[in-house]
Amino acid sequence: MELPDRNGYFGSFGGRFVPETLMSALQELDNSYQHCKDDPGYWEELYYYYNNYSGRPTPLYYAGRLTERYGKAKIYLKREDLNHTGAHKINNTLGQALLAKRMGKSRVIAETGAGQHGVATATVATLFGLECVIYMGEEDMKRQELNVFRMKLLGAKVIPVTSGSKTLKDATNEAMRDWVSNLETTHYIIGSVVGPHPYPALVRDFQAVIGSETRAQLLAATRKLPDYLLACVGGGSNAIGFFHHFLEDRQVQLIGIEAGGRDFDPGNHAASLSSGRPGVLHGSLSFLLQDQNGQVSPAHSISAGLDYPGVGPEHAYLKQSGRAKYAAVSDEEALQAFELLAESEGIIPALESAHALAYLEKLMPLTTGENIVAVCLSGRGDKDVAEVSSAFSVGQEVEKI
Amino acid sequence: MNAIDHKFALLKTGQRKGIITYLTAGDPDLQATEAIVLEMACRGVDMVELGVPFSDPVADGPVIQAASKRSLEKGVTLDGVLKLVGNLKSRIEIPLLLMSYYNPIFCYGLTKFIESASCSGVDGVIVPDLPLEESETFSRDLKKAGIHLIYFLAPTSSDERIKATVKRAGGFIYCVSVAGVTGARDDIPAQAHKLLKKVSSMTEVPLALGFGISSPEQVKSIGKRGSAVIIGSAIMKLVEQGGGREEITRRVGTFLEEFN
Ligand SMILES: Cc1ncc(COP(=O)(O)O)c(C=O)c1O
Repeated sequence: MELPDRNGYFGSFGGRFVPETLMSALQELDNSYQHCKDDPGYWEELYYYYNNYSGRPTPLYYAGRLTERYGKAKIYLKREDLNHTGAHKINNTLGQALLAKRMGKSRVIAETGAGQHGVATATVATLFGLECVIYMGEEDMKRQELNVFRMKLLGAKVIPVTSGSKTLKDATNEAMRDWVSNLETTHYIIGSVVGPHPYPALVRDFQAVIGSETRAQLLAATRKLPDYLLACVGGGSNAIGFFHHFLEDRQVQLIGIEAGGRDFDPGNHAASLSSGRPGVLHGSLSFLLQDQNGQVSPAHSISAGLDYPGVGPEHAYLKQSGRAKYAAVSDEEALQAFELLAESEGIIPALESAHALAYLEKLMPLTTGENIVAVCLSGRGDKDVAEVSSAFSVGQEVEKI
Repeated sequence: MNAIDHKFALLKTGQRKGIITYLTAGDPDLQATEAIVLEMACRGVDMVELGVPFSDPVADGPVIQAASKRSLEKGVTLDGVLKLVGNLKSRIEIPLLLMSYYNPIFCYGLTKFIESASCSGVDGVIVPDLPLEESETFSRDLKKAGIHLIYFLAPTSSDERIKATVKRAGGFIYCVSVAGVTGARDDIPAQAHKLLKKVSSMTEVPLALGFGISSPEQVKSIGKRGSAVIIGSAIMKLVEQGGGREEITRRVGTFLEEFN
């Protein structure tokens, strides 16, 4: 059966846990989306922008030097980093902006953590002549100054969020408050496969282009399906998009990598699936980092894009059904992988994507030369070089001492 | 008979508009909340809604967000608020409503929550992020325990949703005056009047108007279709001004005097 069901559930996860005021807007969005989904003209227009504006299809690159280093399975990288604006996020924002236009909305809003989704939203807003407001945690604005500047350059208004932990979760709260107050004019472009139904489904459908291309490209290059797919999981959109067209291929192992942060103490990581419990945040029931009273715990990751205490409900379902496995890697391991890819392949990955790459250290010893591992390189690391250079210089000083 | 139903029956006979006041429990601390609720009962408030603090109150504006944050910093939990309700119930007769976002209740366990709420004497439960579609079993089980789950309707609610809501609603329906978050406003928007008119033509369940109510003039202007008003942010603003427990209680009491 095609999931989610009519009520937006993936098994026991998902649903619509939002104030009554938003329910009609979600219904309207769902209706418009169902309508567009069946309209070839809509997809034709979307693919026009995918191909001519964003640069799709993105390459599937055989990472020969990285493969050599491990001397085991062949490693392929799905180059979402080569998209316009530098990450997979634009697959979703193009889809939703076209939807907003068809719904007659003149204004779009979004939350952003790393700033990648904010930049991708600001970009499509400019492209389609929509007013754009981005909510961003004050903490994240400091960490990702360059992306703040980019959004402003693209004509978006960036509103610093000072409530709560001042990161992605709080920016999402603020975006929801804006939306509920401006439903007539505004479409809320959620940046991942989170939120109330239909968001987890529609964001997945836009990101599924990643996996459908990968499947065709791999079959063309190797005549085989991969043995493993690896992707990082923040909210989970690049991972779901990568996995979706392989769900029926039971022999393909799907592995999502969460941010293990500093350690597994509460507040020190963002591994909702690995160490959270079912709970409701931002409109859906999924795995959630929370204390024993159901208060949402602050998350931590060196990568702002993974720094979120929740995760998309479809991942909760894939975990529970056993179809996908989830693991976490630490800040430190992600930094090493960041450096390794730069040195071995001349590609600087986003810190988010570096989490998926870091898991190769654990996975590769279990593979053979016959195996194929495909990694979703969800974004490029230009935005992260300042953060990484300061992390490395702190490390070096510690070494000197 | 559920105390909320009883209260609305009395209001109807007395041809009086009900005053429901909201307080975020635990701001500045639970003892202060207790003192303020007692004062409210003295001042003739008809029902009190006690808010359980939550880390991510998406339906609330800045005033109640800040109150929630202060309360959490004091370590206030759902259990603590339920105990407070139990205490208050032995001292005052007005109906008490518990407001909580869904996750603290979900985490507590729905069955255990209904048991505890019933033991404490909670008369109604308000969950702003639990719409009709997600609450069928919960509302039924609460009803079995003699507790109403209070449903919301908003200016954005479709006719279909209004029909489905009035069918299930008990106690009263919380009519939201504007599409937006909580926060005090000066007037009653036209869309609120429209909503009250539409919903009252479809049900006998009493309607309470909330979000943005702060003055006696507004209460007078809602007309005959609304049975009660809910005053929240305006009161939490007074609590926010601080001072000792007594000073806050007095300030809230003086404010409520005008509504008599
Ligand atoms: C490059 C990149 N990868 C991954 C993510 C995490 O999001 P998701 O798990 O939805 O793919 C982000 C979020 O900002 C990102 O910028």
